[in-house]
Amino acid sequence: MAITTDHIRDKLIAEIGAIHVEVEDTSANRCATSFKVIVVSPQFEGKPLLQRHRMVNTCLATELKEIHAFEQKTLTPEQWEKQKQQ
Amino acid sequence: MNSVMNSILRHTARAAGARWMSSSSSEEVLKNLEQIVKKDKVVVFMKGTPAQPMCGFSNAVVQILRMHGVEKYSSYNVLENQELRQGVKTFSNWPTIPQVFFNGEFVGGCDILLQMHQSGDLVEELDKLGIRSALLDKTTPSQ
Repeated sequence: MAITTDHIRDKLIAEIGAIHVEVEDTSANRCATSFKVIVVSPQFEGKPLLQRHRMVNTCLATELKEIHAFEQKTLTPEQWEKQKQQ
Repeated sequence: MNSVMNSILRHTARAAGARWMSSSSSEEVLKNLEQIVKKDKVVVFMKGTPAQPMCGFSNAVVQILRMHGVEKYSSYNVLENQELRQGVKTFSNWPTIPQVFFNGEFVGGCDILLQMHQSGDLVEELDKLGIRSALLDKTTPSQ
């Protein structure tokens, strides 16, 4: 089964309470299945970057086996608001 | 001076690579990795070498370290050894390459290093290792 941007988005919303997800399929720029995601979740609050990324990696563990390259940005709702203003 | 240092480092990496070939059990690989990441302050597992990165993400890590004037680090080319490529993922419980270690501790991949660079955390973390970031000596304001 091919991995879709919708599938990734739905899973991040369901499993780590993401309130905003942006998934970009970057496969065309690279040599194989690649995605770039921005995940905004209140569950990231107070957690160091490494732990946030681990949450995303764990959530998508099965998918990552098929994904060649994966870029992520993990933000709290507060950080997201700030970034949007810039 | 730097080029001498680099060639020594590359030599070290090659020697380590040779040792990898002989290790067989995955348990042994993990034990070796524990020693390898503790051997130097900064250790990078990447695709290719700092002189010739074979992937954009690995290249990004090399460029970030270069910007901070970090030249003395060990790098291991996972493309040369499948056992190492799998082993390091298991060891750090991290699914992708590149992987960066400071003082034997897993820091993260390319995204994390980039964000640490942008937030200024990287300067601080390097300071904890006793490495003064070259960016501190630049007179031009940072981006």
